[in-house]
Amino acid sequence: MQTLEIHPEKCTGCRQCELACSWVQTGSFQPSRSVIRVHVFDEQASFAPYACFQCDEAWCMQACPVNAIDVDEETGAKIVLDPVCVGCKLCVIACPFGTIFFDKAEEVATKCDLCAGDPACVHACPTAAITVGEGRAGGWLAPFGEKVDGEYRRATDGGAS
Amino acid sequence: MTAGGWIGSVLRVDLSSGEIGREPLHGDHARDYVGGRGIAARFMWDEVEPTVDPFAPENPLIFATGPLTGTNASCGARYMVVTKGPLTGCLTTSNSGGRWGPELKFAGYDVLILEGRAEKPVWLWILDDRVELRSAEHLWGKGVFETEDILRRETGIPDCSIASIGPGGENRVLYAAILNDKFRAAGRSGVGAVMGSKNLKAICVRGTGAVPVADPRAMMAAQWEQKEVLSKAPLTSEGLPAYGTLALMNVINEHGALPTRNYQQAQFEHAENISGEELAETRLAANKACFACTIACGRVSRISDEGVERYTVRTSPRNWKHATEGPEYENAWSLGADCGIDDLDAILKANLLCNDLGLDPISLGATIAAAMELFEKGVLSEEQTGMPMPFGDGEALVALTEATGFRRGFGDDLAEGSKRLGEKYGHPEVFMGVKGQEFPAYDPRALQGMGLGYATSNRGACHLRAYTVSAEVVGEPEPMDPRATDGKAQLTVDMQNISTAVDATGLCVFLTFGNTLSDLTPLLAAATGIAYTDDDLVLAGERIWNLEREWNLRAGVDPGEDKLPRRMLEEPIPSGPAAGEVNKLAVMLPEYYRARGWTDDGRPTRDKLAELGIG
Repeated sequence: MQTLEIHPEKCTGCRQCELACSWVQTGSFQPSRSVIRVHVFDEQASFAPYACFQCDEAWCMQACPVNAIDVDEETGAKIVLDPVCVGCKLCVIACPFGTIFFDKAEEVATKCDLCAGDPACVHACPTAAITVGEGRAGGWLAPFGEKVDGEYRRATDGGAS
Repeated sequence: MTAGGWIGSVLRVDLSSGEIGREPLHGDHARDYVGGRGIAARFMWDEVEPTVDPFAPENPLIFATGPLTGTNASCGARYMVVTKGPLTGCLTTSNSGGRWGPELKFAGYDVLILEGRAEKPVWLWILDDRVELRSAEHLWGKGVFETEDILRRETGIPDCSIASIGPGGENRVLYAAILNDKFRAAGRSGVGAVMGSKNLKAICVRGTGAVPVADPRAMMAAQWEQKEVLSKAPLTSEGLPAYGTLALMNVINEHGALPTRNYQQAQFEHAENISGEELAETRLAANKACFACTIACGRVSRISDEGVERYTVRTSPRNWKHATEGPEYENAWSLGADCGIDDLDAILKANLLCNDLGLDPISLGATIAAAMELFEKGVLSEEQTGMPMPFGDGEALVALTEATGFRRGFGDDLAEGSKRLGEKYGHPEVFMGVKGQEFPAYDPRALQGMGLGYATSNRGACHLRAYTVSAEVVGEPEPMDPRATDGKAQLTVDMQNISTAVDATGLCVFLTFGNTLSDLTPLLAAATGIAYTDDDLVLAGERIWNLEREWNLRAGVDPGEDKLPRRMLEEPIPSGPAAGEVNKLAVMLPEYYRARGWTDDGRPTRDKLAELGIG
């Protein structure tokens, strides 16, 4: 079971990951079709690449009406089966992280497939801000998840009492 | 057109008529002039009368990318703004990074040519094939930061990249800049004022298309090699990432080549207070890269809480507490050492204002430094300047930066640059520059080659046209004695040709701190499918340089303008390691003309132009 681990504090916002990803997808340089995207928070001096977390409980997979999203047995990546996908975009709506996209050129959903275990973005990153991790999806995200979850609970508890 | 690198398309917008047209990129010109600065200069040559008034509708404003812009070659972020510059009267070439250039290519264009003048303020929206002019009346008067925020909301596309002017460009400050992605600037020679004269506030671009390459396999191999070299060279793997260009502050100061108080001294006693080391320790928030850059020399820094309180101005961004990009070495020098100021907060605030107002911090700082000299010598009174402005006064620096952007009070004089300022007040000798453009941050008395580079630069004084500092201080590619004149003519010619060629590819000249041309030709060949050799690239550089030179001559910029101020030639450096030195331009200049194959009075010969295919 693999995931991409992202270390925003090392990211410089250069987008080599987007270039590498689009290269793998299209054979040319077209960041708009990359499935890893760098978000820039200028005034906070923070840059964050984001890509699919390969959730255990993958909502994209559950939302798909034609079972076009499958699990790669080697890597555990959730992958889109292009010939099956009908381009309905339900997965794009279902994903809570915004990391599955609709490819206008091919008219199918597109997402990170971990490049069959050897992600191009990881190789391309000059500062090791993206690495390959083993283990449970979102493990490295746990503190963030707990924080969001905690805030949510506090907010809803506060509302109930 | 070839199979890759270039998109093969030029977008032409006539702001007077609102007409929008597309034309194919001229294949032979693309091959011979490569791109960016070269291809745009060729447009100027073919289409523009050199004697044109810079603010006339007939003076076009050209944004040109190179064949490697938008590829994954490291540092492939650059575009060049080319026009006739109002500060210099020369064909000017202002380069910028960030994300705007790549975005233009993803939208499907190599070059954008803007002509005419809009009747009312407009902004240009380029979303792939969709190109339209929209009213910018609600944006006129606003700073760059606010303009970008509004346009992102207005387009609903946060991923767009925006190049815009601030009040500086609107008010035709002669050294107004064009800013893209908020903090990256096509800084010099007043390209922003030309944009303002066209009533064009901003160009917002979003491209979802591709930059194709001719030979994918070769491209991948070449870019790994190129990046490998950059990741091992000391400056591109350690110096620039650790301290940005500000790494130079202490180094240049130790060499006694740091111009101080309008070039009256060549060492600043408080240089370490404004050094890259100091910034990293006290105010650095992050390193930031331009598109596809694996060096990441960009600094993101924060003004200290104390500085936020101390340096407030009347207009936005009032009490800025966020992180902001900068400062570069040149800016920390012009706003710092050249003004005798050693407070990083003052420099950061003035630099931030330059970005928001759209001003070139080099010319601005240098002009304020010249005014400070006039103030200290009693030529300018407090009544004239509106405030005391002795050297070292950070509050005056910040207040005058703002005033200049709006041409308010004494800012109206400062907005004309130090040449015109000195002339107006009867002291032309305080102008430290060439062809109307202020010097950057290296004393040409201590570094002889820089003097020749400044004097012969086609866009007025500039450090990026022939960075002889590399040989004279850093020792790359080979160490040369900074005080000697021997070999400096040939060094300057070689560096001018190579830097020009690198500019034309769409890559950043900073990569020459690691890469040589031999690392770049495989990239260019793989991308375009044309088997460029190193010699081909040097020749392209020479071709572009000669064309720019000839255009300038026809514009009326006499070879007699290849000169340095008297202070550089006759007033020796008073103290420090280079004490007693003056620049020996008279020795180097004839050698330079010979090395260029020009006439003794500095004109490209008919044979030379024919040899380069310029006609």
